[in-house]
Amino acid sequence: MTNGWVDIKNTDMMLIMGGNPAENHPCGFKWAIEAKRQRNAKMIVVDPRHTRTAATSDMYVQIRAGADIAFLGGVIRYAIENQRIAKEYLVNFTNAAFLVQEGFKLPEDGLYSGFDEASKTYDRSSWNYEARGSSTPNTLPGNVAFDVTLEHPRSVYQLLKQQYSRYTPEMVERITGIPKDEFLKAADLFTSVRKDGDMKKAATIIYAVGWTQHSFGTQIIRAAAMLQLLLGNVGRAGGGVNALRGHSNIQGATDMAGLYDSLPGYLKIPSVDDKDFDAWMKRTTPTASKPAEWDSFNYYSNTPKFAVSLLKALYGPAANKENSWAFDYLPKIDREYSWTHIWDDMYEGKVKGLLAFGMNGVAIGPNSQKNIDALKKAKFLVVCDIYPEETSDFWRAPGITPEETKAIQTEVYRLPGAGFAEKDGTFVNSARWLQWKWAAVPPPGDAKLDQEILSRIFLKVRELYRKEGGAFHDPILNLTWNYSIAENPPLSEVAKELNGRALDTGQQLPGFAALKDDGSTSSGNWIWCGSWTEAGSMAQRRDNADPSGLGIHPNWGWAWPMNRRVLYNRASCDVSGKPWDQSRALVWWNEGQKKWVGNDVPDFKPDSPPEDHMGPFIMNAEGVGRIFAPLGAFADGPFPEFYEPAESPVENALHPKRSKNPVASRFSTPMDKYGTPADGFTIVCTTYRLTEHYHYWTKNNPMNVQLVPEPFVEIPVQLAADLGIKGGDKVKVTSARASYQAKAMVTHRIKPMTIDGKKVYQIGIPIHYGYRGIQEDAGRTARSLTNSLTPTVLDPNAHTPEFKGFLVKLEKV
Amino acid sequence: MNPTRRSFMKVGSGAIVATALGFDVKTAYAQAQELKIAKTTETRSTCPYCAVACGVIIHTLGDKAKNVTAQVVHVEGDPDCPTNRGTLCPKGSSLYHDILNDRRLLRPEVRHPGSDRWEPIPWDQAFEEIGRHIKSARDESFVATDARGRTVNRCENIAFIGGCTDTNEFNYLVVKTMRSLGLAFIENQARV
Repeated sequence: MTNGWVDIKNTDMMLIMGGNPAENHPCGFKWAIEAKRQRNAKMIVVDPRHTRTAATSDMYVQIRAGADIAFLGGVIRYAIENQRIAKEYLVNFTNAAFLVQEGFKLPEDGLYSGFDEASKTYDRSSWNYEARGSSTPNTLPGNVAFDVTLEHPRSVYQLLKQQYSRYTPEMVERITGIPKDEFLKAADLFTSVRKDGDMKKAATIIYAVGWTQHSFGTQIIRAAAMLQLLLGNVGRAGGGVNALRGHSNIQGATDMAGLYDSLPGYLKIPSVDDKDFDAWMKRTTPTASKPAEWDSFNYYSNTPKFAVSLLKALYGPAANKENSWAFDYLPKIDREYSWTHIWDDMYEGKVKGLLAFGMNGVAIGPNSQKNIDALKKAKFLVVCDIYPEETSDFWRAPGITPEETKAIQTEVYRLPGAGFAEKDGTFVNSARWLQWKWAAVPPPGDAKLDQEILSRIFLKVRELYRKEGGAFHDPILNLTWNYSIAENPPLSEVAKELNGRALDTGQQLPGFAALKDDGSTSSGNWIWCGSWTEAGSMAQRRDNADPSGLGIHPNWGWAWPMNRRVLYNRASCDVSGKPWDQSRALVWWNEGQKKWVGNDVPDFKPDSPPEDHMGPFIMNAEGVGRIFAPLGAFADGPFPEFYEPAESPVENALHPKRSKNPVASRFSTPMDKYGTPADGFTIVCTTYRLTEHYHYWTKNNPMNVQLVPEPFVEIPVQLAADLGIKGGDKVKVTSARASYQAKAMVTHRIKPMTIDGKKVYQIGIPIHYGYRGIQEDAGRTARSLTNSLTPTVLDPNAHTPEFKGFLVKLEKV
Repeated sequence: MNPTRRSFMKVGSGAIVATALGFDVKTAYAQAQELKIAKTTETRSTCPYCAVACGVIIHTLGDKAKNVTAQVVHVEGDPDCPTNRGTLCPKGSSLYHDILNDRRLLRPEVRHPGSDRWEPIPWDQAFEEIGRHIKSARDESFVATDARGRTVNRCENIAFIGGCTDTNEFNYLVVKTMRSLGLAFIENQARV
């Protein structure tokens, strides 16, 4: 979230789309209700299902799963047509006034300039700003041409206008199934916060995995961010673009680089082309790109300080200037190693071993049967979990005969880890707050803390390398491991290492401004520098006072970066540094003190006076918000374009010959099958969570199982009538990949839709069940996995699979 | 930790009961209230489910007694936490049954190649065997340089996948250890 849970209470307008917080984030959703009650805020909910969030809204709009970009593009068009835009914000705080170079082409035919049909990739060199003076190809120009009147035909603003001129209310209706009048009502309501250009009000956009899990998911979120920039809502109390993340520490896992393409603090993993540390830094450290008259903080220009400090934290004295900070210790990559590729490589026999800590890869899918078949080919599997689950039991999954089990040569270790109540350490919530938790009880039986299990595995490997030698073992032997208990590192010591220290004095650093690129500081994760200072753990703070009344709670836990609770909060003020709305002032320029002060910590260079025109978006090289995302920022276009899901009931109404995202990845093993309407797959299927269950976990909890004891398929009344299905009947859902069986729940919550003149049904399936659990073990369910149905198609930017909006058939069993 | 709140509840509930039944059960009721959490240790934790990350209080008994393992007797929302203000959803409300659950895995087990059952294995032996598996696989296919002679130092035949309630500190230890082994395949629930 750019903002936070409590901040939602400050809003005047909510667009909730791709998320269902009333059911999936109930205790955070109270702040949306608070805004309605206390501020008379309006709530628009756009969702394929009439959810409980929809039930509390002022306006509910039913949309076809996956049509979100068409809707948002239509709202952008509406805002421009009706001049419901934040002109001053747009000109000064975004790149709307920047000019784009000649040769860039919009995707009227479904393709931007530079597409290569053979490789299915874009040459993105034409997606760049126009330089004033000299420039280097494939590099952002240092001095960007601009036009503050926004009238230049190649200005970002005019290109934006042109791009979405095709997203008329009629086109929105054809693609999304939302009747034109209803769409116009929603667009009017949402953009009403900027009526006559008045800047006082703020609107928020709230989403979850209903947006990310598409083959164009990143671009849906881009469209939302662009709309929020257009309306001047980012950086403000009650505004922002707010991802409601799905798990208690999923934000932390992202920050800590549990992902193949990053290192802690969003540093980019080295590529094979980075021949040394300096080359890596040159590629990943941006230089400012803006009109010469403007200023850009370009905070990522400090990347070398973050990277050297990380390598010092990892390798201590073994990382020094002479050996390029042990740069060679880091693996270098030249292709995608994302989630779905792990299973693909394992299926192809290339990945021999898998370590899974609290991660049920079979149940999570996509295409669960492929993952099961992949595990059959692995040599070893190590699962650390607290309950018996599908992944460790893959060798006796439903459908596997005793003979087949005998043939499976995988050695499987199932190690009992610790539950939440048994672990201390920090979780990061969706609002970027680090909150320390304390262990209440020890793990039961012979179960161990996860860090002990991981450490002892690593120390065993290290011991073997020390004794026997083997492939390149310098990083293994030289990894810092100075914990007071090596086999079970106290997490407080790890947390201090993450913050970082000055290596000469040994003192904890006060914040990332103190990081150096000369090897004199270490920090395991630069964005967390400041979380455990000489004053102690900031994440353990429990003062819930809120002096401003804005829900900032500055002394409760600690928010990265540097305890800033609303990101880009300089944009909460006009160009002169005065808050757009005094009653919700986050920060402001104090002329007497010559600095930025406020209720929140300024997310800005504290002494940069307004007349210097430094952009508020300090993490962008431009200093301003990117309505146009240049060069390599995204794989599939500098603006979002609507594409159909990989499996879709219709062709793309904008460009039928280029229906799908041209650069979305698919896979090619015999297990990777994709369905079409011609093969009889005509029903759009989406997946979701229930309030009473959590992923594949609470099926082990007797109370949750009592609340919702068995799986079901949510089916529209009309479709049920067509197929002769009554509530409680057993039904079978079949995709190109597998079948799923459960009881029918016939509902009015999903109505049939008309998509481009064609009647389209949608159904929904909760994800929570599998083949291990209280009900499953008792034989009370069909023991099938929802994600056995979902396709292996990935968003080309985030590499997230398309779990939402795939095609199925439905029949009564 | 919060006597004011608790005293308020006691007095409030007692008064209502006394009026409704026509006789004074205030003392007995207060006693019943006390029995559950009066002598417990309160530990501040965070709900492991969604990203609201509600503050929870775990009540345990026996923490201070010699040779006694603390027992969880109650879990409730933390009224001091600014986000949830003491509330919990149906999942958070059942956390007690997550902590005390007879389906919990209690000992390390192994399923040998071709076997149809789990068998217990001592921890030390499990670490020994897993360490050997990792070293063998890594040594087998470690890529020091690619076809063009560029240093890549990559181990491509082992993958690590992490979950959503692993702590940040644990996740950092994953980065430290797994990247040092040269793993390219490090992924997490955060992707999916």
